[in-house]
Amino acid sequence: MKKIIKYVMIDILRNKIMLAYTVFLLLISLSIFNLEDNSAKGLLSLLNIILIVVPLVSILFSAIYVYNSAEFLELLASQPLKRRTLWLSIFSGVAGSLALAFFVGAGIPILLYEATPTGFIMLGCGILLSVIFVSVAMLATVKIRDKAKGIGVAILLWLYFSLLFDGLVMFLLFQFADYPLDKAMVGVSLLNPIDLSRILILLKMDISAMMGYTGAIFKNYFGTSSGLLLSGMVLLLWIVMPLWLSVRKFNRKDL
Amino acid sequence: MIIASNVSKQFGKLKALDNVSVTCNKGECIALIGPNGSGKTTLIKTILGMVVCDNGFITFNEKNILHDWQYRANIGYMPQIGRYPENMSIGQILDMMKDIRGNKNQILDEDLVQQFKLNDLLHKRMRTLSGGTRQKVSAALAFLFNPDVLILDEPTAGLDPVSAEILKEKIITEKTKGKLILVTSHILSELDELVTQVIYMQDGRLQFHKNIATLRAETGQEKLSKAIASVMLKMSL
Repeated sequence: MKKIIKYVMIDILRNKIMLAYTVFLLLISLSIFNLEDNSAKGLLSLLNIILIVVPLVSILFSAIYVYNSAEFLELLASQPLKRRTLWLSIFSGVAGSLALAFFVGAGIPILLYEATPTGFIMLGCGILLSVIFVSVAMLATVKIRDKAKGIGVAILLWLYFSLLFDGLVMFLLFQFADYPLDKAMVGVSLLNPIDLSRILILLKMDISAMMGYTGAIFKNYFGTSSGLLLSGMVLLLWIVMPLWLSVRKFNRKDL
Repeated sequence: MIIASNVSKQFGKLKALDNVSVTCNKGECIALIGPNGSGKTTLIKTILGMVVCDNGFITFNEKNILHDWQYRANIGYMPQIGRYPENMSIGQILDMMKDIRGNKNQILDEDLVQQFKLNDLLHKRMRTLSGGTRQKVSAALAFLFNPDVLILDEPTAGLDPVSAEILKEKIITEKTKGKLILVTSHILSELDELVTQVIYMQDGRLQFHKNIATLRAETGQEKLSKAIASVMLKMSL
């Protein structure tokens, strides 16, 4: 397994897109931290960019990468290797390189300018989000044979998680405004890893007061250390579940 | 060595394999013959586990291949269309395969690498290669690890006559070492000197599996191509 991860990693790290992504993150985060006199405010601006860019790049890059390595998969599937090993190696290689790119591009500036608990949570969330969207992309690519269709679905998934989901939640909130939905919102937010990360970071920043009563409820749930643990578990579940489903599917896939 | 029992596979509406049962033993050289789309490649791919069959099972050395993967260490596979990571060079591919598949005390069989003069092309990227050179890489990889079973899907398609002859010589040497060789080809004349048995497939069904001597005796034809032609004629009547 290590050997295959090595080859996947070498292949990806040679890729210029990966380099561009790292440099882009580095430029954005450095310039934001240098523009704002208060680095906590810088972190907030960075948050919004990261929550949009990281999932998009992760899901698109990994979907395209998996489709482009169809030959590689085919070649290795006829060799004495377990299918599961093969698939998990691809996943680890892609997820590892994307997490590394995030760490170098955004993690190092965060550690330099804002090495506070908030900064650490942001770093953790960024890395987890990178890996989660690789996992989601793996599930999408294993289900869909056609490359164009698969990449389209990957874009739609990103759109869903970063825009449509929030719209849907808003819609529900307004429709059922007469009912006490505050506690249900906690459950709903677990259904979207991007929202969950946003809430986690915002709560750490102590601006939850701006979110009104729901913010107080969120603070009650996620602000505690057990809440943090639970949301960490949910984020991990967001990695494991799609990956597990994709492995099951790949084991029986005709190459 | 390889036993397929009642293997069926359906792609959508198309029945690629329909209740196919074959037994292949050590030391045999088996020709898989049939028209285009008769399920030859699908049969090969199910043996390799690249296609999972809907019904039936395949055993390799008395072990079901379904949840096994180590058996592929005994197989050298040359695909019909070799597809390789486009931005790797020949040298990198060879090194990667040696790295992934080989172990220290394995004797590598680099005859074909040398005879095809692949050593001079090691730095070339796969996407720049011609179809024939790709075939050479596929062939070299199939023979590289000295496997007990060789599965060759259209081995000489796209090769120049000299290289095709080298490959045929190599197949004959391996056959004399007592290996099982499964080969598909549409050029029946070149199978004449190789094969000991013939499997004929049509529309995903196994039509017959015969010893070549029996086949020759039954049809009264010495040449494989004529023997097959007369069998096909008889069947269509």
